[in-house]
Amino acid sequence: MKLGIVRETFEGERRVIATPEAVEKWVAAGHKVWVEQGAGDRCSASDAAYESAGAKVVDTATAWTEPELILKVHAPNDTEIDRLPEGRALISLVYPAQNPVLIQRLEAKRITSFALDCVPRITRAQPMDVLSSQTGIAGYRAVLNGAQHYGRYFKGQITAAGRTPPANVLIIGAGVAGLAAIATARDLGAQVKVFDVRAPVKEEVESLGATFLEIESEESGEGVGGYAKEMGKKSQDAQHELFQKEAANTDLVITTALIPGKPAPLLLPKEVVEALKPGSVIVDLAARAGGNCELTQPGEVVDHKGVTIIGPTLIESELPRQASDFLGQNVTRFLTLLSPKGEMSVDLEDDIIRCMLITREGKTHWPPENIPQPDKPKPGTTAAAPVTMNEPEDSGVGKYMFAAAILGLTLLVGAKAPKDFIEHYTVFVLACVIGYNVVWGVTHSLHTPLMAVTNAISGIIVLGGILLALTTVSKAVLWLSLVAVLVASINVFGGFLVTHRMLKMFRSDKDRKGGKA
Amino acid sequence: MTEQMAHIVYLIAGVLFIFSLAGLAKQETARSGNLCGIIGMAIAILVAMAMASGLHSLVYAVIALGAVLGAIVASRVAMDKMPELVAILHSFVGLAAVLVGFAQFLKGDNSEGVEHLIHQIETYVAIAIGAITFTGSIIAWGKLSATLSGKALTLPGRNLINLGMLAAIVYCGVKFCQADAPEDQLLWLYWNTAIACVLGVHLIVAIGGADMPVVVSMLNSYSGWAAASAGFMLSNNLLIITGALVGSSGAILSYIMCRGMNRSFANVIFGGIASSSGGGGSGESKGAEDCQVVQAAQVADLLRQAEKVAIVPGYGMAVARAQHGVSRLTQKLRDDDTEVYFGIHEVAGRLPGHMNVLLAEADVPYDIVLGREEINPDLAEMDVVLVIGANDIVNPDALENPESPIAGMPQVEVWQSKAVVVFKRGMATGYAGVANPLFFKENTRMCFGDASDVVEEVLGALE
Repeated sequence: MKLGIVRETFEGERRVIATPEAVEKWVAAGHKVWVEQGAGDRCSASDAAYESAGAKVVDTATAWTEPELILKVHAPNDTEIDRLPEGRALISLVYPAQNPVLIQRLEAKRITSFALDCVPRITRAQPMDVLSSQTGIAGYRAVLNGAQHYGRYFKGQITAAGRTPPANVLIIGAGVAGLAAIATARDLGAQVKVFDVRAPVKEEVESLGATFLEIESEESGEGVGGYAKEMGKKSQDAQHELFQKEAANTDLVITTALIPGKPAPLLLPKEVVEALKPGSVIVDLAARAGGNCELTQPGEVVDHKGVTIIGPTLIESELPRQASDFLGQNVTRFLTLLSPKGEMSVDLEDDIIRCMLITREGKTHWPPENIPQPDKPKPGTTAAAPVTMNEPEDSGVGKYMFAAAILGLTLLVGAKAPKDFIEHYTVFVLACVIGYNVVWGVTHSLHTPLMAVTNAISGIIVLGGILLALTTVSKAVLWLSLVAVLVASINVFGGFLVTHRMLKMFRSDKDRKGGKA
Repeated sequence: MTEQMAHIVYLIAGVLFIFSLAGLAKQETARSGNLCGIIGMAIAILVAMAMASGLHSLVYAVIALGAVLGAIVASRVAMDKMPELVAILHSFVGLAAVLVGFAQFLKGDNSEGVEHLIHQIETYVAIAIGAITFTGSIIAWGKLSATLSGKALTLPGRNLINLGMLAAIVYCGVKFCQADAPEDQLLWLYWNTAIACVLGVHLIVAIGGADMPVVVSMLNSYSGWAAASAGFMLSNNLLIITGALVGSSGAILSYIMCRGMNRSFANVIFGGIASSSGGGGSGESKGAEDCQVVQAAQVADLLRQAEKVAIVPGYGMAVARAQHGVSRLTQKLRDDDTEVYFGIHEVAGRLPGHMNVLLAEADVPYDIVLGREEINPDLAEMDVVLVIGANDIVNPDALENPESPIAGMPQVEVWQSKAVVVFKRGMATGYAGVANPLFFKENTRMCFGDASDVVEEVLGALE
């Protein structure tokens, strides 16, 4: 297939849909690739790098007209749609719910279009999910942006100049961005508290070393497709109360709460912002959808009574190379699905393709029918299905019965058996106890040598053969015992020798250096 | 030499044997432990020879012949054939116990009353255990060396068959003790041997290939009990001590293996996984197209960027004889200042500790080879985990899906790490026949091919 990568024209955008690493894979898969001049120069992917990956670097007009399939990050604007010849294909972000006019235009030009933002939330589709890959970056960057505006260390330290406490970070929303933010803030040494309306994410949050805040509420915040849903008034009030309480002891707040297709929920009203200490920072990752904070100005950094409020709208673009690398990998996975044999085949039976297809042959396919439900188990549900570890040991009762049986047998032996036997029995029982204790101490890695050495010493039965062979007068006994001596001595010598061979091989780093130098 | 003196020397030999096992607690002391065992054995044999005046030269000649045969076998065996060797050596102990038992019976004794009865029971039991060990080990050897099919042969009502044979052995034993004429007694002993031999075969053919580590350890234990019962029969304390040591050692190893599979000993012996996996699997079946396939070059890229790498080998590594390649890969990564660790599951391979021996053979330093429990807490920090020819020991279903046939089996939790690369021949399931969701995880990459070839390609790409 002929593929085209075009330069992004969206203001402030530094990403590109695929870096040369991805292009190399496309070329290897038999595709031809055209790249618009300077497509990657804002994320250090030079034209030369694309060329050496096997792509053709061309001017804008060629890049839009030559390929059959155009790949880009943002939905095309009007000028760009004009450049696109009729009947071609397009892969980009589309946000079909918010952009009805765009869909009409794509439909009119008979464009086959796929929306990267419509990847279904099923396991198989995860490698293609650009929203996940990009919001992960957003979460990381949000912490760094916050740190940049925060006037203290994140990590608690004791220095000659005095002691500094660790920063307290509150993260609201533990989705992909939230989890990335937790990990980053923890890495910087901050103490992290997290709130999310979806109780099942608690386990993930805690696994990253953060504290999960809870409010008492009968309402579950889990909506369709694993996303959060809008909460009722009562729960909202309870949340505000919680944030108000936490505010006094918080230095950085990162909000990541988004509800698909709706304006971002208001989580930080003015009162909460004013409850923060001067010098605190709020990073509002929902700024693009209006913001979680009442005072957020999308795209701006504002100061409200000493509290800095950052409302980035294109934060992924601040890590342009990383974001573009991920986009390229996501898109590569989708291309493999879309063109398994080199040519595009739109298989409407496939959940992923059906969900992502927006327009085709002059018809709109969005919204798709039968949206697949996210795969279970999702985060949290693992806790609901615990797998018990059966101790392979018998139950307690069995153990006691076993002990009682042994004891009874021993007493029976004492009552009936002659003196000789009791002596042997004593030796036997003590040897079992010693064996039990000694063998538990053997390190796992030496279990094979242990088997070999026990093999060798169980050849001690050779003694029986020797004693019988030497004291007998009968031919039959002599022969039987000689054969016994033969096989047992194979065991003795073979076992010890092979143990020796094995043990010689076990060498530590130190032995190795000493031995080989 | 007096009898008393001989007993004392036997005691010394017994203590040396205990030291030889205790020495295996650590790698540093293991070699001196083996030496203790050799010294103990040498003095025991010399004292036994000194105890009686008979055809010394003939016996020495037989021992020498055995020594030569043993030395040839031991020096020729390749490390990946260790399980077979161990199994066949077990059968020798069993055979020797049977032979000594018969010899002792034919020699006769002149005791009376209870003493005589006990003596007869001892002989009878020694022969029975010896025979079971003998044939059972031969079957285990056949399965391990692929001379016999590794599949479990499950006859209908096989547990009843086993019980029936056990009852028959007891019945013959009662008859044996009651019979007066030595000819009749001999007949019952033959019956005993025959039934025990069949029982040994039947017990082991019913156990599938994946459970072989348990079987080998169990037979190790039996060979010990066979030696101990011979010790009772011959009134020899050294045999009793040694037999008891070996018997409990094998029993503990079996227990450790069973725990590694979260199964009871009875479950392994009486009901293999093969019979319980009817309901198996975790729902939908997925194929190779649903996982992320990578080539050796991409694996090399991942490794180049990694700072901490863990390698989890399984039986597949032994089959492909990939341990030398893995060792060179380890060396290469360590030369490039990457930390490399090995994570060994207790039931990986066909013998307790099998993987450790293979890695040691390939010159991997033992201090970076960790057990499952040691490595699990650190896996989250690993940048890349390479799973080489392992399957059922890295299956998240075992911990997450209570329906899974291997539910509860402890796992090397490789999926905790940042990225997992699975080297695998194809999408076939492991011995347990259970699908593995690990292959479809987001952070898992599959690299198909013969483990040895793939490792070489990765090495090539790294250099």
